[in-house]
Parts: sequence; structure tokens; C-alpha cells
Amino acid sequence: MSDAAMKHLSDTQTKDIDENIAWAKINQDVLRSMENPRRGYWIAMAVSVALFSVMVYAEVYQYIYGMGPSLLNNSHMWDLYISTFVFWIGMSHSGTLLSAILHLVHADWRKPIYRFAEAMTTFSLMTAGIFPVIHLGRVWNFYWVMPYMTDRGIWPNFRSPLIWDAFAITAYLTSSVLFLYIGMIPDLAICRDNTKGWRKKLYTWLSLGWQGDDRQWRNFRITYLMIACFLIPLAVSVHSIVSMDFAMAIMPGWHVTTFPPYFVAGALYSGCAAIITLFILLRYFLKFEEYMTFPILDKVAKLTFVIAMVWTYLNLIEFASVWYGHDIPSKEVLLAKAFGPYAPFFWGMIAFGMFLPFTLLSKWVRRNMKVLFVVSILLNVGMWLERWMIVTPTLSLGYHPWGWNIMWPGWVEWAMVGGSFGWFGMLFLIFIKVFPCVSMYEVKEMVFHRKRTIYEDVDEMMVLHEGAPTPAEAGSTNAGGS
Amino acid sequence: MAQQHRIFGLFADFEQAFEVVAGIRKYEVPGVTVDDVRIKSPIEHPEIEDVLGERPTNITKWAFGGGLFGLVFGFLFLAGAQANFTVQPQGGKPVITIPSNLVLAYEMLILFGVLATFAGFIIGARLMRKRGAFYDKAVSLDQIGIVIEMVDDTQRQQVRDLFAKHKVIDVFEETVQ
Repeated sequence: MSDAAMKHLSDTQTKDIDENIAWAKINQDVLRSMENPRRGYWIAMAVSVALFSVMVYAEVYQYIYGMGPSLLNNSHMWDLYISTFVFWIGMSHSGTLLSAILHLVHADWRKPIYRFAEAMTTFSLMTAGIFPVIHLGRVWNFYWVMPYMTDRGIWPNFRSPLIWDAFAITAYLTSSVLFLYIGMIPDLAICRDNTKGWRKKLYTWLSLGWQGDDRQWRNFRITYLMIACFLIPLAVSVHSIVSMDFAMAIMPGWHVTTFPPYFVAGALYSGCAAIITLFILLRYFLKFEEYMTFPILDKVAKLTFVIAMVWTYLNLIEFASVWYGHDIPSKEVLLAKAFGPYAPFFWGMIAFGMFLPFTLLSKWVRRNMKVLFVVSILLNVGMWLERWMIVTPTLSLGYHPWGWNIMWPGWVEWAMVGGSFGWFGMLFLIFIKVFPCVSMYEVKEMVFHRKRTIYEDVDEMMVLHEGAPTPAEAGSTNAGGS
Repeated sequence: MAQQHRIFGLFADFEQAFEVVAGIRKYEVPGVTVDDVRIKSPIEHPEIEDVLGERPTNITKWAFGGGLFGLVFGFLFLAGAQANFTVQPQGGKPVITIPSNLVLAYEMLILFGVLATFAGFIIGARLMRKRGAFYDKAVSLDQIGIVIEMVDDTQRQQVRDLFAKHKVIDVFEETVQ
């Protein structure tokens, strides 16, 4: 789409969705998107595969030579691996959590965009899960964290938040996948009815014999609602538990009671920014201009701003409690962040995380895809820096002077970080090629209800002007639209 | 023994489909009640339940049962694991640690709650069964289907007339026995 056409659309698109869009067209557009993406899709896939290949190479290198090349040492035993783990866990939060919340409050504008946001959750978790395993060094022993019967008498320490992580993330991943899958079943039936070959076989198997009868819809509605109710506290608990990896350790700057809400807010924030990034990319790759509209993007941008302000507040609270708490080691860590060797990254976090969101107050920014795309990426750069600035400065300046040292990540760590984006991108791009990333039946519901509301309003107006024919009398239909 | 039939009609919109159900409620086809009617639709229309009358689901019971099982099983499983490994030096701390086990039991509550809800959905919605003959892909596109179960030869024509009165697009029939 040309810049002029984009500008025109930005100025004229005022509704979340055009309620006159025919149901047949919705099916057609979404099914087409799975067959025929723009060239940008293939470029993104190539970049993702390249990044992932670098990660595989780095992992093989680390496997052969041990943890040395990653430059981790006694005091910096985590560094980028755990920072990036927290980043991806955070990224996973907005998809499922926001989808569940918006579903419960009947915010129907979520309908065209929730599917890819939920997929983002699933793949972010699958990306995050790689890092603890990589960090173990002895990758092949990752299953030791699970409490299974063993003659060796090896049991994990259930008092450790790292074990809580394993439980929480497993529960969250399983529940998120089911939430995504259940919401997709009616769409898989549509795909089953309209495809051939391997796709038909796959969708027939996955749609579980869905026929859209009243019994199925009734059970579907309650199931979806129940799982949404389960997922909200689960999502909050997952990132609270991740925060306890730090908060329950007696380290300066980490042993803070505000960490759980601070982490949850940060997670929602980075997830929302990622939704904007993916929204813009998918809209372009899959030609979804009619479904992923400017007004919906505008709402997501405003939501991101609100969550950014919550995160900013909690960040300032954390600084203030350290400052006024007069715990000297914690204060020194805070000062070292601001004025020490990591200062550029700390201030980068402040600039991108705290100040950049204010640009979202501008309607021009919210309606300008290119600018908003850059802003959304920078917001996530800020959030990644935040995680790094939580981990590394504290490890550089712990309670034991023998452990004081400045550590810069080696190429292996950077390769893993970059590769994680490749892994995520690869999974996500495969998903949108195989599965419908706009919910067809829910967009139909959205169109149906909005159209009906308009007709009801017009009917009321007609009653006021007695004698004029109502749209119902004039022969309007309420289904299909075709 | 008289032959029984199952009839499936496709309609262009919900209004017409609902009028057919209203006709059945008014006994326009003697012997056929609203309990014999199923509606198939591309979306979940909020009024389907009003039209057909409330029909129960057991999903909430599955969710509650699953959650309760997860909570109890989660706690006992962890306690069992901890009790099984008393060799590990506990440093004066209790072998079975209630606060940390509560965190994990909470996660298990949700995990098993979700799994049981899903199982309840599969069973309650009668999924994973062989698809009946009465399905048309127009239902997943933009048309509304009405299935009338078990009508005899006399009722069959009356149902067809009722469908025709409300502008049915297509009618399919199946002889059951």
C-alpha cells in the first residue's frame, strides 16, 4: 500500500470494523492469507531462520567448550540468559492475559487481533523455556527439575522459586495452548470445509468434528469463559513467581516486596508493545487492512500507554524505596546503575521505557504505522534493558567484595539472545501460515452485533418518525450479510 | 414399524430459523417439540438459548472438580515427594514445607482445572465423534441450519411445509430406521 493510500486510510478509517463486510468475504480473506502472504513474510522467515542458525551454532560451541565462552563467572552466573528469559516470559503476558480480560469485559475490538496475541504468548513461553535449559550447561539433564521418582534420590528443592518457575511455566504454557486451541476450533472447522490435501487432513483432525450446533456453541462459550477465568490469576502468578527468582534472593536491589507487581506490569507493558509490532507486521504481510484497523491499533496504543504509566510508577516506587530505605548496599547498586559502567543502558531503559511512551499520547504517532512500529520496537528495547539492568548491576556489586566485577556478555550470550528472536519469529511465522490468525467466527460475531445495534438504533429513530419504514420492514437481514 | 426421518433445513438468516422454532413451539407440527430441534450456526447467537430454552451444561462442574483435584493432588504429590526424600539435609526446616507447597498446589489447581474443563468440553459438546450426515459447509460460512430429529412420514411433510413457509434454502433428509 502506498504512503498516500495509507494516509487516506488512516484519516478515513473510523470504525473498528466495517459492519457491512460479508461473512463469506471474511472467510475468503482469512483463508487467502494462509496461502498467499506478501514477499515480506518470506524475508522475515529468512531472517528468523538465519538468527536461529546462529543460536544453534553458539549452543553447539557452548556444548563443546563448556560455559567459559559465554563469559559467565562465579558472581555473574545468570546474566543475559536469565534477563532474556524474563523478557520472553514478560512478552508472553499480554497475549493470553489481555485476551482473557478483554473477553470477560466484552471488549469486542479484541476479536480481530486476539488470535495472534495468544499465539505470541505460546511462542514466547516456548522461547523463554530455552534459556534455563541453555543456562544449565548440562542441557541433557534439564528434566532433573521435575519431581519424578528416582533411585538416585535426586529431588528438586521445592523451596526454590526456580522450581516454582518450572511448575508455573508448565501450567501457563499448557493452559495458554489450550486457550488458543479451543478458541480456534470453530475456525479450524471452516478451514476443514474449504481446503484440500494435507491441510484438510490436519484441520479435520484438529477441528474434532465441530459442526457448530447449539450444544457445541453452548459448551464452547462456557468452556472459553472458564478457562479465561483460570488464566487471569495464573498469568499474574507466573510473573510473580518469576520475580521471586530475584525477590527471594538476599541480594542488594532484588530483595524487594514490590517486585511481583512491578514484574507483572513490566510484562504487560512489553507484551502490549509486542502486540503493536506484530499487529503492524501481520497487517502488512497478510493484507489485513480491513480487519486490523487503525481504530483498533489506536486502542492498543492507548492501552500500552496506560500500562507504561503503571510500570513507570512502580519503577519510581522501587527507586524511592531503595533511596529512602537507607540500605547502603542497595543504594550503592542503584547509584552504580545510574553512574557506573552500565549507566548508558540504565538511562536507555529510562528513556525508552519511561519517556518514549509519552509519544503515544500523540494521535499522529498512533495513526502513523511506520512511526508506531519503530516506537513499539524501542519500547521493547527499553524493556529488555530493564531486565538486564535488574540482573547484571546487582550481580556486579553483591554483598561480598570478592565477587565485585564488571561483566560484559560474550558473543555466545549475544548469539543466544539474537537467536531467541529468530526462534520466536520462525515459530510465529509458521503459525500464521498454517492457522488462521484472525478469528473468522468472532469477526463475524463482531460484524453481526454491530450491524444489529445500528439497526436497533435506526428502528428507535423510525418509531419517533412514525410512518417511515424500519430497516427490518425494508427487508434487512441479520445474518450472512452476503 | 413406521419409518423415522431426520430433516435438515438451511436458512439465510437467524430470523427465519427462529420463526421455524417458534412454529414448532406453536405445535404447527403435531408431535414434534422444541426438544427435537437443533440449530447449527456459523456464530454463537445469544438468542439461540432463549429460542430453544435453557439446556444444561456440566462444564462448571468439570472445572470445579479438576481444580479441587489439582489442589489436593498437587499438595499430596509434593508432600509425598518431600517425605520420600528425608535423606536431604533440611537444615532444621520442616520436611513438608506448607508455604512453598501452597504456591505449587495453586499452580496445579489451575492446571488441572483447565485440563478438566477441556475434557468436559470434549464430552459435553460431543466432539471427537464421527460426523453425522447432516452437515453442510454453508453452516460454517453464513447459513443457519435446523435439524429436526425423529419425525414420521406424516410429520415429515409438515416439517417440509414449515421450512418452506420460512424460505428454506435447501432441505436434506435422512431415514433413520
